[in-house]
Amino acid sequence: MQFGIFTIGDVTPDPHTGKAPSEHQRIKDTVKIAKHAEQAGFEVFATGQHHNPPFVAPGNPPVLLSHIAAQTQDLVLSTATTLITTMDPVRLAEDYAYLQHLSDGRMDLTLGRGNTGPVYPWFGKDIRQGIALAVENYNLLHRLWRETEVNWEGRFRSPLQQFTATPRPLDDVAPFVWHGSIRSPEIAEQAAYYGDGFFHNNIFWNKEHIIQMVELYRRRYEYYGHGKAHQAYVALGGQAFMRERSQDAWNEFRPYFDDAPVYGHGPSMEDFTKMTPLTVGSPEQVVERTLEFRDWVGDYQRQMFLIDHAGLPTKTVLEQLDLFGDKVLPVLRKEFAKARPADVPAAPTHDFLKQRQAAGDAPVAGGGAESQAYRDRQRVQEAKSN
Amino acid sequence: MATAFDSTDSFTPHSRHIAVVAAGLSDPSSTSMLGNQLSATVAEALSQRGHKAEVHYFELREVATDIAESMVTFTRSERLNTMLNEVQQADGVIAVTPVFKASYSGLFKSFWDLIDNDALTGVPIQLGATGGSPRHSLVIDTAMRPLFSYLRMRVMPTGVYAATQDWGATEQTDSVPNEAYLSQRIIHAGEELADVVSRLDPRPRQTSPKPKELEVIPFEQLLNGPHP
Repeated sequence: MQFGIFTIGDVTPDPHTGKAPSEHQRIKDTVKIAKHAEQAGFEVFATGQHHNPPFVAPGNPPVLLSHIAAQTQDLVLSTATTLITTMDPVRLAEDYAYLQHLSDGRMDLTLGRGNTGPVYPWFGKDIRQGIALAVENYNLLHRLWRETEVNWEGRFRSPLQQFTATPRPLDDVAPFVWHGSIRSPEIAEQAAYYGDGFFHNNIFWNKEHIIQMVELYRRRYEYYGHGKAHQAYVALGGQAFMRERSQDAWNEFRPYFDDAPVYGHGPSMEDFTKMTPLTVGSPEQVVERTLEFRDWVGDYQRQMFLIDHAGLPTKTVLEQLDLFGDKVLPVLRKEFAKARPADVPAAPTHDFLKQRQAAGDAPVAGGGAESQAYRDRQRVQEAKSN
Repeated sequence: MATAFDSTDSFTPHSRHIAVVAAGLSDPSSTSMLGNQLSATVAEALSQRGHKAEVHYFELREVATDIAESMVTFTRSERLNTMLNEVQQADGVIAVTPVFKASYSGLFKSFWDLIDNDALTGVPIQLGATGGSPRHSLVIDTAMRPLFSYLRMRVMPTGVYAATQDWGATEQTDSVPNEAYLSQRIIHAGEELADVVSRLDPRPRQTSPKPKELEVIPFEQLLNGPHP
C-alpha cells in the first residue's frame, strides 16, 4: 500500500492575513513540500496540471516532477491529473518517457479530462468530445510507448507515418498509467480494458458513487482477463487536517475551509466532513476514516491526500506531513496489511513492470486468449462467418 | 448482471407513483395548496381507473440550501438525494411554482437542473403555477413547458394557473358566472394526468436504496465507433 500527497497548486490568500504567496514562492514551496513528504514517510508525490490562475500547478508536470526527482531518493513522482484530452499524445509519450529516464523509473501518471471547461477551446479542442479525445489520445499514447514504428490515423490529430517516439521508455517498459474519473463509467471501462489502474478522486463525492465506479472497474478488469476483480489497481483521493486534539484541528482549519476554492462558501464543514472523505480531527480520527475506504472499495493500492491547499501556510503543511508520518502512516500501514489477501498486488513499480513484461505477463489490451472478453469476441466472429 | 430494479412494487402492482414538486416559499403557501389539490384530484382519478396512487409530496423550500450547496459543490445531502431519486422514478409528476419576474422561481429551476437529462423521458407531467394576478398565467406555456419539453417529458395540455383571486371564487359565490373556476380546472387537469398515467406501464422502481447501476459501453465501441 502506497501513501502519497497530491497538490492542485492553488495560490490562495491566507484568510488570517489576506495575503497570497507569490507564484514564485508557491512553486518553490511545492518543491519543499514534496521533499518533506519523502522524509515524513510518504511514497508518492503527485501534481495537478493547470492552465489558469489561481493555480501554479505546471502546464507540463514533468518539468516539476523531474526537478523533484533530482532532489529525492525514493519518492514516486506522479500526476493528478495529466490532461489526456487537450495534450498531444505524442508530447505526452516523449515528455513522460524523458521523466522516466531522469527519475530512474520512479514515476507513473494519472490521466484525467480536467475540470476547467475553457481549457478545451484554449487548446483548440471541443469539450463535447471529452470522452472521445481521452479514448483516442490514450490509445495512441499506449502504442507510442510500445511500438517503435507507429502508423496511425485518427480523428483528432494529424496522422503519423513511420513515427518513433523518443526517448524510448526506460528498459522498454511503458510507464504505469492510472485513469482518473469522478463520474464517467467510460473511463473506468478504459482503465479495465488496458489493464491499467483506476484513480477515483473522491474528495467531493458521496461514497455510494465511489463504490459504484470502483466496482465497475474491478468487474470489467476481470472481464478483460487481467486478473481477478479484487486484484485490479485502485487509487483513491482523500483530504485531512489534523491536530493532536480534535477541537484544535476544527478551530484552526475552519477559516481555511470556509474560504477554500471549490467548496468554500458552500456547505458547512460539519456537513462536508459527513458527506465527503474530508477528515478534520485527531490523527486517530484520520486513521479511522481512512481505513473505512477499504470497506468501500476493497483492498487497494494507493491512497493520496490533499494537504497543501486553501491558503494554509507552508509551515502548517509541513507540520501536517510530520503528523502523518509520526501518527497516521505507521498505523495505516499496519492496519491495511491485516487480512489483506496475499494475491492482492502492491502498487506497480518500475521493477515490477519490468519483471512482468520479461515474464510475458504484461496485460493484453482488450483481453488475451484466456479472457471472457476474448471468448465473447470469438463468438461474435463465428456468428458472423456462419 | 444483478439488477437493483424490480418491475414494480410486487405487492401492489396496480400502484402508480406520483411525485409532487412544489416550489412555494412560505408555509402555508398557495403553491402548496395548488399542489395538494392537484395531487388529491389525480389520486382520486387514478382510483376510479383501478390504480392506487402513491403520492410523494416534496416542498423545495425544505431543501433550498441543500440545492444551493449542490450547485456550487458536487455534494448532495441524503434528503435531497432521496427527493431526486423519488422524482426520477415517478410514474407521473406534478410540478407547481410561484411566478417570479415573468417566470418560475429560481429555486424551482435549480431543482430541475439537478435532474438527469434522460431520467424522465416520456414521463407525464402536470404543470401548475400561482401568482398575484391572472396576468401571468401564460408563464406555464412560455416558461414551464419548454423546460419540461427539454427533459422530453409528456407535458399535459392543460396547465393550472391560480391567481390570488381564484381562491375566493366559486360557482356559488361569484356574481358573474365563469366556466373555468379553479376547482374545475384542477379536476380537468387531474383527469388528464390520470388518463395518461393509467394507460402507461408502471416504471421500474429501485427495490434497494442502492443507486442506479452504471452503464458500460464496451471499450471497442468507444474506440472504434460508430461515433455519435
